[in-house]
Amino acid sequence: MKLLSVQELKTYYKTRFKEKIVAVDGVSFDLEEGEVLGIAGESGCGKSTLALSLIGLFAMPLCYDSGSIIINGQDITQLDKETRRVNVLGKKIAYIPQAAMNALNPTCRIKNFIFDIMKEHHPQMSKEEVYHLAKERFKDLNLDERVLEAYPNELSGGMKQRTVIAISTIMNPDILVADEPTSALDVSTQKVVMRMLKSLMKKKIVKSMIFITHELPLLYHIADKIMVMYAGQGVEFGTSEEVIFKPLHPYAVELMTSIVVPEVGQKAQKLSSIPGAPPNLKYKIDGCRFAPRCKYVEERCKTGFIDIKYNEERMYRCLLNRKVVDEVGA
Amino acid sequence: MKLVPKILLEGKNINKVYGHGKKGVHAVKDVDFKFAEGEIVSIVGESGSGKTTLAKMIMGLLKETDGELYFKNQARSLKKFSERRQYWSEVQAIFQDPFSSFNEFYKVESLLKNCFKLRGLKLSKQEMEDRMREACIFVNLDFDELRKKHPFELSGGQMQRVMIARIFLIHPRILVADEPTSMIDACSRATILDMLMKLRKENNMTIIFITHDLGLAYYVSDRVFIMEHGNIVERGTAETVIAHPTHPYTKQLISDVPKLHEAWDIG
Repeated sequence: MKLLSVQELKTYYKTRFKEKIVAVDGVSFDLEEGEVLGIAGESGCGKSTLALSLIGLFAMPLCYDSGSIIINGQDITQLDKETRRVNVLGKKIAYIPQAAMNALNPTCRIKNFIFDIMKEHHPQMSKEEVYHLAKERFKDLNLDERVLEAYPNELSGGMKQRTVIAISTIMNPDILVADEPTSALDVSTQKVVMRMLKSLMKKKIVKSMIFITHELPLLYHIADKIMVMYAGQGVEFGTSEEVIFKPLHPYAVELMTSIVVPEVGQKAQKLSSIPGAPPNLKYKIDGCRFAPRCKYVEERCKTGFIDIKYNEERMYRCLLNRKVVDEVGA
Repeated sequence: MKLVPKILLEGKNINKVYGHGKKGVHAVKDVDFKFAEGEIVSIVGESGSGKTTLAKMIMGLLKETDGELYFKNQARSLKKFSERRQYWSEVQAIFQDPFSSFNEFYKVESLLKNCFKLRGLKLSKQEMEDRMREACIFVNLDFDELRKKHPFELSGGQMQRVMIARIFLIHPRILVADEPTSMIDACSRATILDMLMKLRKENNMTIIFITHDLGLAYYVSDRVFIMEHGNIVERGTAETVIAHPTHPYTKQLISDVPKLHEAWDIG
């Protein structure tokens, strides 16, 4: 069943000089029930902006331009701000911000955050009921009950991150959007948080998940499908196996060769680094956005709009024929 | 005859206790080390294992509670300003957070010019410019574009590269890199690592690389130290530590890193 369908979504930032920075430019994808979609890309490619746009939180300077976000058959971009906040956020789609562990008010006990949410969304529930619910949920997710009574400063970074995840999924949203939930944690804590995200899916607390990160080995283990983004556009889609081991778009190929893992033989490999910097999204870009940094650029890449190409169930945004890019990957 | 590597920095029974009495936190416990000229050594451990404390002591930013440090076979003394200045022209660092390691009020040009001051060089304007340009080429930056910019106008990767350009100008003997790649994304990470290795190759610099990611440590370093709760629990060449870990903590660290060709147990 299709849970979420995003079509040609375009959102931009308005700067104080009245410039438009189009950070998400025509992104389309579908999310099935029970699926984890990974979104990969370098800093500034629009990953986090996409996450903010998906939950319909268009607060200045982020503005909505065009396209649709359809959750369970309902286009949430057409709803007004208040309905979106009351009926969609937290219930249908929940969001874990990048610096989730700094999102907790240091003067509140953890349980008060949960009381607060429930007072807004289910005012008929009594405090005892909410507390009981929270306790059950924390137990389910292997979090200590005493956390409920603690202040945020008593918790470690990984613990805070897990608490935020537990709080934001308390109303069983259909979709969870996790924006770099582990990038500030060390490897051991990262694993604990990943376990928790996986158990959310297993226990059917959330139906699907969108996982944003630039750590590709991490995506390989959690995501079913991966979308690679570059300069506000999705440039490659596929299953995680396909995208990581057989990338087609030249940018994805470069990205996959920059993976560092502690496996014997890694030391002999040469890491690739892409010269240059991504384009400034302030200006309208003609042709392929990756063209100035691409090793295999041809004259025809530099003009016109490059559309997504469908090729044997794979989708990618490149004019070059598959053979050329395949040789790069090999 | 086997070539004996020249020992540049040596530590004996280094200890650091934060606070005192019952509440004291023993962050670094009886750590011994020897860093030879031109090698890259990684110190790997989880948050709170004392790796940054150790780095700060090596830098001379923290005073060790107990133990002796020898720099170039002489006991290190940092009491006088001139001594510290001399030490810092030979021992330099790159920190974790590029966004907070620059003076916001300085343009990139003056940041780089300060390096000549530290080394005590007297150069003509033209010579300075040539050297700064050379340093920027080394790190793949365009000097003419950057010179009039303030640090906050740069991206994280660019800032970290400006930091490396500084190192290139100062030519220290020892570089302490404290998680230089943890705040920047995977693509620029490869660039930074390659530059560090190039620096070592060209200047025969000793690099102390601090990280929590064993993958990175394995990729860049000759030797790896594993730290847990202030103790160094395992040390050896990068290959042996990754391929044949002996200490349970090392094994756990290796299993915690997501890999591409092995299953990762996240339930």
